[in-house]
Amino acid sequence: MAFKKLINSKTILSFFAAFMLFGTNLLMAQTTPGATGAGEDANQVNWTGVAYYVLLFFLICLGIAAVGKILKIYDLSLKIQGKKGLKWNNVMGVICLVFLLAGLYGAYWSFTVQGSMTLPEAASVHGVKVDEMFTLTTVLTMFVFFVTQILLFGFLFKYRHSDKRRAHFLPHDNTIEKIWTIVPAVVLTILVVFGFFTWQSIMDTQQVKGDINIDITGHQFAWELRYPGKDGKLGPKNFKLTTASNKLGVDFTKKSSFDDLSADTMYLPVNKAIRLNIEAQDVIHSVYMPHFRVQLNAVPGLPTFFKFTPTITTAQMRSRLNDPTFEYLVYCNKICGGGHYNMQKVVRVVTEAEYQTWLLHQKPYLTDGLRKELHFAAAEPQKTVSQNRLALNN
Amino acid sequence: MSTVAVHDHGVAHHDEHGHEHHHNETFVSKYIFSMDHKMIGKQFLITGITMAVIAMILSILFRIQLAYPDKTFPLLTTLLGHFAPNGRISTEFYLSLVTIHGTIMVFFVLTAGLSGTFANLLIPLQIGARDMASPFMNMLSYWFFFLASVVMLSSFFVQSGPASGGWTIYPPLSALPKAMPGSGEGMTLWLISMVLFVASSLMGGINYVSTILNMRTKGMDLWKMPLTIWALFLTAVLGILAFPVLVAGVVLLIFDRSFGTSFYLSDIVLNGVQQPYEGGSPILFQHLFWFLGHPEVYIVIMPAMGISSEIMSVNSRKPIFGYHAMVYSLIGITVLSFIVWGHHMFVTGMNPFLGGVFMITTLIIAVPSAVKTFNWLATLWRGNIRFTPAMLFAIGMVSFFISGGLTGIFLGNAALDINLHDTYFVVAHFHLVMGSAAIFGMLAGVYHWFPKMFGRLMDEKLGYLHFWLTFIGAYLVFFPMHFMGLDGVPRRYYAFTEFASMQKWLTINTFITWAAIMAALAQVAFLYNFVVSIFAGKKTTQNPWESNTLEWTTPVEHLHGNWPGEIPTVYRWPYDYSKPGAEEDFIPQTVPFSQTMSSNLPHDFEDNPAGLAELNRFKSTLKAEEKVK
Ligand code: HEM
Ligand SMILES: [Cu+2]
Ligand SMILES: [Cu+2]
Repeated sequence: MAFKKLINSKTILSFFAAFMLFGTNLLMAQTTPGATGAGEDANQVNWTGVAYYVLLFFLICLGIAAVGKILKIYDLSLKIQGKKGLKWNNVMGVICLVFLLAGLYGAYWSFTVQGSMTLPEAASVHGVKVDEMFTLTTVLTMFVFFVTQILLFGFLFKYRHSDKRRAHFLPHDNTIEKIWTIVPAVVLTILVVFGFFTWQSIMDTQQVKGDINIDITGHQFAWELRYPGKDGKLGPKNFKLTTASNKLGVDFTKKSSFDDLSADTMYLPVNKAIRLNIEAQDVIHSVYMPHFRVQLNAVPGLPTFFKFTPTITTAQMRSRLNDPTFEYLVYCNKICGGGHYNMQKVVRVVTEAEYQTWLLHQKPYLTDGLRKELHFAAAEPQKTVSQNRLALNN
Repeated sequence: MSTVAVHDHGVAHHDEHGHEHHHNETFVSKYIFSMDHKMIGKQFLITGITMAVIAMILSILFRIQLAYPDKTFPLLTTLLGHFAPNGRISTEFYLSLVTIHGTIMVFFVLTAGLSGTFANLLIPLQIGARDMASPFMNMLSYWFFFLASVVMLSSFFVQSGPASGGWTIYPPLSALPKAMPGSGEGMTLWLISMVLFVASSLMGGINYVSTILNMRTKGMDLWKMPLTIWALFLTAVLGILAFPVLVAGVVLLIFDRSFGTSFYLSDIVLNGVQQPYEGGSPILFQHLFWFLGHPEVYIVIMPAMGISSEIMSVNSRKPIFGYHAMVYSLIGITVLSFIVWGHHMFVTGMNPFLGGVFMITTLIIAVPSAVKTFNWLATLWRGNIRFTPAMLFAIGMVSFFISGGLTGIFLGNAALDINLHDTYFVVAHFHLVMGSAAIFGMLAGVYHWFPKMFGRLMDEKLGYLHFWLTFIGAYLVFFPMHFMGLDGVPRRYYAFTEFASMQKWLTINTFITWAAIMAALAQVAFLYNFVVSIFAGKKTTQNPWESNTLEWTTPVEHLHGNWPGEIPTVYRWPYDYSKPGAEEDFIPQTVPFSQTMSSNLPHDFEDNPAGLAELNRFKSTLKAEEKVK
């Protein structure tokens, strides 16, 4: 066919080279004025660039077609010479082996390079347990991963088709089937038992006493924080009381509400048990603090809590990671709308002393505006607060 | 209408290209409102492939956003209009893309496209029936599916854009039209589409189950059915039991959206405005959704498992190892998949004890999965492996199933899921174990049964190219995502630019996008091969893969009723490959034991004492003859 000749000829190659050169020139020429020129170009579609990519793709297709044709001719010529022709089963068998080796290397590379980019050590008491569980699971599963993938692709290479051989008729073997039912069952039982108790110890904390209560409330697209005042108690909430100045709907018929504080950054004293009270106002959000291995959904109408104890201060973590800008963060981890990807809050773990000084500087939740709205006399609650302070100082 | 009746066509008179048949079959009744299961299978396949291509393009669009969060692409504005102002996809439209990509892939491609195609094509052909139990309902099933697809896609043409709450559409986000643009008309269309879809799925499923239970040919008892049929049967059962629950969930959501009820809503203040809802629970929806949702993932993977089992046995020229164990593990998965749904909800704040229980059931389901994997490996062991493209895709399915299944053991552990839930680790998990594995099972099926569907062969070399590019591409795309997840990178983020800690993943995002583009372009090889081979592929022989199952005893040219004469009787299981003593390395199910005396085994007559006696007599005469010699 003339078509074949065309593809195999040298002219097509030189044409290809010229095309590439032209194309790169064209692209470069396009980008340079775009970069220097005014912003009005920004919305202009670069059709030549598009056409270039489309043509490039067609050229690749042509190249593949050419290779295909060459293979076919080669195969035919082998057959004409009385040989068997290309043995595709062998070719594929070898490619399977190559894939296995390349894949093993790739997996190893990925584990070492990308594996080292993952989260640093857990910065909470229960997080250490989670990480132990993770290591155990990784060791067991990765063993299975490597063994099974090696067997899979190894078998493909080893038992690739041959006309001389017949497959081994083996419909079943009850002993070995029992073994590979029972062994995974036992291994999984071990994981379940460990997992179950780890999970219970993390989540079943209703009875644990002595927490610092912190309220975190999600809405599109930010978190609101509320700390208790000196009484250590957070005032109750009711969504029907929500107004522009009482954003969380705190119920001020209760005493415990008056000394509540609002904060911009979540400060946590190190080595103290924290109880995060979690709720959302509009849609589901999720409080996700990966460094502490903490996550719980924030669901409107369903207040929940997560108890944990941070163990590494921000300063310590900064020096361990050798990153002076490091911050712990709360992420939102449940799709909640357009701003979902940027709904963060800084968390600082500090010493007890730093925490106390910080707390003194936090503004009361009950702002003057809110006071006015609720028709409170300006002075009265102020007094109780200072009295409390006095009492404590004594 | 009596498609079930025997039609005695002469095979030679058949014309593929739809000229008027001797009985009055018009273009419309043959190609459009067809009631022939083979044609309906093809309709499902082609619609499924079309939807897959669309969903794939959507994924490339959002991958471009992830790879180049600060670049502008004026072309995007030209294509997408106000969804991508100033050359960048908007945050909301990004979420729409993710949502519709997921919905189409899970439901329209891997449920309807996969089950619909192969259940319709294979059930009557492999059990020896002339058509489905109810061809009319079967036709309706396709047209409801088609309608559902049209409604789903039409949401791209409403001003506020398609649904954008993720394929799991959790309320209140999906229930409050003001919460995001996609929760407006787009969400309404999504819900309508899903109701139509479930109707389609139920009509199909009821048909599959009743056909398999009632219409098997003589001799085809349950334990002689190919694993494809077992898988499709159990899949249909799962669908029938699980999908109605989704409809219940969806209907309540429609009520909350349109009629002011509060099933899922309570205590809501949206943009500072108090909403009148009280007493509902957003978590209730999650229970209803995942009661379907988890079985759904097995609805997606089980047909792929059945198809791969069948193809691997044929092409290793070996019986599938542990046929009974394969069936029992499918049954085990079917039953267990109804009691694990809570593992998607570990961190919703559910009672910790309940979470613990769901963890136990979840990790139990890994046992039958492990058994299946080992049995596949044993099937390959000492086989005589032919690398057809179908075989390669079946193997790819196994490889992905292992890689993705193992990460399920992390996620199923509630303690670990605290930190992994909703991160890229989950994305990696389900794209390998479900996305890639099931798509590969489906492609394996397409390559394998293409000759049965279209009477022609697909090009093998292009199949090889398609396989390797896609296989490598999928691993390059999804493997690095595990590590992003382990770094705590959440899924469904529009850009990684706002968090200093995520910036180190930007280069890897670019890499993943280019791997995805390569894999997407590789599908051109498939589409070209598929379309061209329908019209100009090499004509196939009746049994191109030298396979044992019944579908290869039907003539190449399709005819209503499948077999020109009587339906053949079945005598043996479908996996007699390379049986010692047999002449050929395969013995079709239609060959009676009396014709294969030299290869019969005592095992073949476990519940047939007369046959066993016969075999013993045969053996003793053989021995006697030997002695005489
Ligand atoms: C080996 C057994 C498996 C286990 C133990 C397992 C476990 C899990 C768990 C616990 C999750 C929830 C993760 C999270 O959201 O935090 C999950 C997610 C998922 N799994 Fe699996 N899985 C297994 C196999 C499969 C299979 C076979 C499929 C599908 C064929 C599948 C498909 C999915 C999907 C689609 C999701 C994500 C749903 C979403 O949130 O969008 N899994 N898996
Ligand atoms: Cu959020
Ligand atoms: Cu699940």
